Amino acid sequence: MAEMWINMGPQHPATHGLWDLRIKVDGDMILDADPQIGYIHRGIEKLGENRNYTQFIPLADRTGYASPMTWAILYVLTVEELMDIKVPPRATYIRTIAFELQRMASHLLFVYGMAENVGAMWPPLVYAYRERELLLDLFQILTGARFHFNYPRIGGVKWDIPQTFEAQTKKALDVIESKLKEYERMFDESEIFLMRTKGVAVLRKEDAIRMGVTGPTLRACGVKEDLRKSEPYMCYSDFDFGIPTGKNGDLYDRWVVRIAEIRESAKIVRQALDRIPGGAVATKVPAAVVKSVTVLDGETGYEDLCVIMAKVPKVIKPPPGEAYVRVEDSRGESAMYIISDGTERPYRIKIRSPIFCTLSALKYMMRGARVADVPPIMEGIDILLSEVDR
Amino acid sequence: MSAEEVAGEMKKKFPEADVRIPRASRLTASVKKEVLLDVCSFLKDAGFDHLSSIAGVDRAENFEVAYFLWSYEKKILVTLKTAVQKENPRIQSVIKIWEGANWHEREAYDMFGIVFEGHPDLRRLLMPEDFVGHPLRKDFKLPEVE
Amino acid sequence: MNLYGVVLWLLTAIINSIAIPIIAWLGNLLWFIRPVTDFAIALLKNDAFLNFVVVFAEAFIILIYIALFIIILLWFERKMWGRFQDRRGPMHVGYAGLLQIFADMMKIFGKEDIIPKKADKLLFTLCPIIVTATAFLALVALPMSDGFVIARLDGGLLFVFAAFSLAPLGVFIGGWGANNKYTLQGALRGAAQMISYEVPLLFSVLGVVMLAGSFNIMDIVHRQTIWYALLQPIGLFVFFTAATAEIERPPFDIPEAESELVAGWQTEYAGMKYGICWVAEWIRMYVGAALVVLLFFGGWNGPWLPQEIWFQIKLWIILIFMIWVRQSFPRPRIDQLLNLGWKRLLPLSIVNIVLTIGIVASGWLG
Repeated sequence: MAEMWINMGPQHPATHGLWDLRIKVDGDMILDADPQIGYIHRGIEKLGENRNYTQFIPLADRTGYASPMTWAILYVLTVEELMDIKVPPRATYIRTIAFELQRMASHLLFVYGMAENVGAMWPPLVYAYRERELLLDLFQILTGARFHFNYPRIGGVKWDIPQTFEAQTKKALDVIESKLKEYERMFDESEIFLMRTKGVAVLRKEDAIRMGVTGPTLRACGVKEDLRKSEPYMCYSDFDFGIPTGKNGDLYDRWVVRIAEIRESAKIVRQALDRIPGGAVATKVPAAVVKSVTVLDGETGYEDLCVIMAKVPKVIKPPPGEAYVRVEDSRGESAMYIISDGTERPYRIKIRSPIFCTLSALKYMMRGARVADVPPIMEGIDILLSEVDR
Repeated sequence: MSAEEVAGEMKKKFPEADVRIPRASRLTASVKKEVLLDVCSFLKDAGFDHLSSIAGVDRAENFEVAYFLWSYEKKILVTLKTAVQKENPRIQSVIKIWEGANWHEREAYDMFGIVFEGHPDLRRLLMPEDFVGHPLRKDFKLPEVE
Repeated sequence: MNLYGVVLWLLTAIINSIAIPIIAWLGNLLWFIRPVTDFAIALLKNDAFLNFVVVFAEAFIILIYIALFIIILLWFERKMWGRFQDRRGPMHVGYAGLLQIFADMMKIFGKEDIIPKKADKLLFTLCPIIVTATAFLALVALPMSDGFVIARLDGGLLFVFAAFSLAPLGVFIGGWGANNKYTLQGALRGAAQMISYEVPLLFSVLGVVMLAGSFNIMDIVHRQTIWYALLQPIGLFVFFTAATAEIERPPFDIPEAESELVAGWQTEYAGMKYGICWVAEWIRMYVGAALVVLLFFGGWNGPWLPQEIWFQIKLWIILIFMIWVRQSFPRPRIDQLLNLGWKRLLPLSIVNIVLTIGIVASGWLG
């Protein structure tokens, strides 16, 4: 049969977002891939140039709709580096907890997607969503929203963690960790799943690094790289957690790495909850007080006040300069490059999305795969179109 | 090698480059676009094998292209900047050095109109193929809605 | 006294007590149609004609049974899925969702029947007809209890398999007629899957046939003093797997649920045609499960309950198992599936045949 280019998309039930994957096939084997993106390009970078620094936080949420908290935290971290603001430790810990909970929720969404794409295994799919609901409930009592939280603020977070948060989080983590064992058994003991994922879509280490792939996809290739360890930001250097890596760089390893990462994130959240500074949660400061910015006097005063916000001016005008901050998002290395010209609107915001780079490496992954493998491969890199197109 | 050593080597090889160390494990360098490929090859050989991103910026007098490079070994982030003129902006593509630059350069072309010479397939990435104009330029007029 | 006897008695009673007197009275009244009514009465009194009418009555009963069966099966399946997935399944329409299927059927009935412009109208319409008709055809030789079967065939088993195997033809035709290269690919895959699982399917029942000594399904059931499932475990396993692949049930539902091809060969069908394709699948599910029960689990044999009830009990246990299997396994790729069929199931079934030959020849079973 002759080689031909097939279009998978843009209207397709299995492509996880709106894009057009053109693959060159010879019968059933894939020879080349040429993704066409841009269908949900909203111009977030251009929109940012017309907004306040604070007004951009909801837009940052919407940059990655499956893991909004991480993007919003990335944005405020960048602005804080621009303005050289020192965030109080309690706020940093709260952000870390929210970040890791978001990573867990995003990886559970990955479990859902994998179960659906590799073979329509409906029960694990629904179970993963059931556990994700626990996390979304946590986010609801923390921020008020289940999705698109608008929670971090430049200088801290919007409000303190509520009284029931710690107990509910610990219970949710217990449930999730026990269910993780169930998922591992369900998938590892399923021979058809192993048949579908082992040896499929192998990405070699050299190709991955050359194309700029980061995150769990890179770790599955065997490269032990995690921004939380190699360039610790926020308070990750205080915690003890591991970096799961894979061996072969195939689809199965990407699965294993992400499941292990859920466990590691749970570890981090537990440690953070135990060590959170600023005393017990019971000393909750009512919202009215928090809004009127609490002033710090030197380094003392943290033990008495429940401080979650640094002193920032009402209208945020960073000094002219630029900042490039990278974090380890659920999908890899996300970064923001913000240039400020001294006004209250950013001059340029550039967003580096991990899946953007992974997608350009797609043709290396797809060589030798079959057409039926395409949906699992796409889900295996945990694709999220909104951050690709921005 | 620490950032100072890399900076030292760079200054030796490319004296006109403006190399600075703003803080620990961060290096900023501004180079002319003629020596861009040489600087990039040098940095790649020095161990900077991860191209984080390529950002185009529309400054008042010219375009600026910023390359963010990270070395897994040394754990240093290098910000490399070049200036490109605004009329007929052209610059060498670094795709032969870091293949991941492919899509980043396509996006810079799409958003700013900077042509990367040597790029195998320079076409629009995010905007539709028949779009006219380059959206992230400061003089790009958003279409008015009646 | 089983269903066949009941039907026979009922028909004889109706004919003798109602039909014949009425026709006779009519003949007496209108003297000029006397030859016709005499002929009618002679016909009705003839045994052969009575058998002919009984066959129609049985077919009618089976049709109604199948319609009810599909509805109950669908409801049951959806409830079971829900429970596997930690939810409840349909709950709102009717008590415990019993009327949900009716609602879905009404929806499908009401849809517009779209035929793609460039599709070959004849072939496009022919495909669901062939697939469904062959499924109904297979029902003809399947008994539900001792004697209640539409056609007593000495080669009943062969006939069922022959009717089963006509379905790939319908799939090919449908895929070609839809004028869509993805549908064609899906149809080719579906037909390839069906054809490659025919062989293990047939081979796995050869062991049963050897033990029973006949292709007549009623004979096979009569001779099962011990269930053949205990004597032919490999055969049962191979048959169940091959049957699941043959009727395109998950986990072998590649042609219809493959994400690349939307719905495979059924993509272009809208409304009632789509419904008919689904009906065909469920009828084939019944045929597969009924074959398992009849060939391996002793059909309708069982103590002190009527035979029909035993048959239904066993049938539903097998169906529960099929639904369970559906939920538990992911879907293999098409090439892995064909590998499985040709390289694993076929040798297994051949091993089974050899073993059975050994057992039968040694006379161990008398």
